[in-house]
Amino acid sequence: MPPEPASAAPAPLLEARALTKRFDALVALDAVSLAVASGTVTAILGPSGSGKSTLLRCLNFLVLPDTGEVRCDGAVIDPRHDSALNAHRARVGMVFQQFNLFPHLRVWENLALAARLVRRLSADAARDRALALLDRVGLADKADAHPTQLSGGQQQRAAIARALAVEPAVLLFDEPTSALDPELTGEVLAFMRQLAADRTTMVVVTHDVEFARQAATEIVFMDAGRVIESGPPALVISAPKTDRARRFFHPANGPA
Amino acid sequence: MIGPDGALAPERPSLLARAPWWLLALALAAVLIGWRVATDTLWRDIASRLLDGLGLTLVVTAIAFPLALALGLVSTLGLVSTKGWWRQIATLYVQVVRGLPVLVQIFLVAFVLVPLGVEAANALGAQLTAQDVPMVARVTAALAFAYGAFEAETLRGGLTSLPRGQAEAARALGLSRGQTLRNVLLPQTFRRVLPTLGNDLICLLKDSALVSVLGVRDITQEARLYQSATFRYTESLVLLAFFYLALTLLVALAVRALENRYRRHAA
Repeated sequence: MPPEPASAAPAPLLEARALTKRFDALVALDAVSLAVASGTVTAILGPSGSGKSTLLRCLNFLVLPDTGEVRCDGAVIDPRHDSALNAHRARVGMVFQQFNLFPHLRVWENLALAARLVRRLSADAARDRALALLDRVGLADKADAHPTQLSGGQQQRAAIARALAVEPAVLLFDEPTSALDPELTGEVLAFMRQLAADRTTMVVVTHDVEFARQAATEIVFMDAGRVIESGPPALVISAPKTDRARRFFHPANGPA
Repeated sequence: MIGPDGALAPERPSLLARAPWWLLALALAAVLIGWRVATDTLWRDIASRLLDGLGLTLVVTAIAFPLALALGLVSTLGLVSTKGWWRQIATLYVQVVRGLPVLVQIFLVAFVLVPLGVEAANALGAQLTAQDVPMVARVTAALAFAYGAFEAETLRGGLTSLPRGQAEAARALGLSRGQTLRNVLLPQTFRRVLPTLGNDLICLLKDSALVSVLGVRDITQEARLYQSATFRYTESLVLLAFFYLALTLLVALAVRALENRYRRHAA
């Protein structure tokens, strides 16, 4: 491990350094670095196939990077070490495009399972936490339902609540509204805005530029496995420096 | 018949088509046979002989099937394991056992593996003879061994058919591999393969008739003994068939009931 530079600033909550990932001939990530400070909302934007989801999935090792490292609170995580990996994943919650609720369990059991197994809560405490979280996402009346009985938006809110049940330090969202029709995206985005207002640390892969502009504190724009531009939305979205970002965010002004 | 919506179901069956004729026919046969058993001493004799073997048929099946499920589960976990040696052994077991007739496996276990095992135990200081291992235990073990390979394939099929997102979501929450299997993947696998498991149980129940070749007195062996003493083939075979049908239909109904319980919240 290289010596840390002396600095007054604390280590970022979550950090990726020079991540590279190849899928056969395709370079999905080309030496990508990312730092996520506590209490911030980072939105990762870019065209399809630019490596956004791969980057997000490397942060909790659902995809194993070929080279580079992921740090949590400054400490390098070794994904080959099972208990370190599981502990890291418990600190880094994830919400998926397809929700991935467990269909054989009731909604409250989806939340309680994680709290019980990962945070070693008693059955009663896990149930209490599950019901409190469901109340917070407005699904108190659906606690005893099975996931298939919920609408897409309700399923996604339950999935966010399930991720919160483990009390992660940071939440990753992998295109959380892409599987929802426009009427249902609103309720999910509204809750995500509420989380942002509560200073929940989030990293969001999204195609929703408007949401990113309003809710994110930091924009990361990617193309072809590289970070092209990053910074606050006022700069990256409203006044991009690169041609590539300008074409993406303001297609009417550039060549088709 | 594939319906207009692509569903595999007949469109609007008539009342005549929906009436369970097969069930009525069976019920009629049962009534007839019951009446013969009640009124005819010959039929009553045969029925009481078969009842003597019924317990053994049920015990062999009831012990062999859970054993086969356990073997199948261990093999399935081996087939999807990252540990090379486990996968190799599981693959060898499934390929070898699946490729041998059940009858041949019963002979192999009863007359080759058990004597070898007894010799090995004796070499380690035990004082056994092959006769100490009863035939019924040998055939039960052989059936469990044979069906374990089928259950392994059944369970693997169910496990690998689950959406990838299920395992990802569980692991992303911080669950370990074992916790993910136990709490998320295997319960869903079991629900998915329940119809196939029921089918396998029925097959095992029927194949338990093979124990009669070793002289174990299940219902088939009782029928054969009765035949060789009386030459009453027709009556004893009809009753024997009726016994098996009654058992397999009961199993099928039980499995159907279990399926319906789970289907209400199907994945």
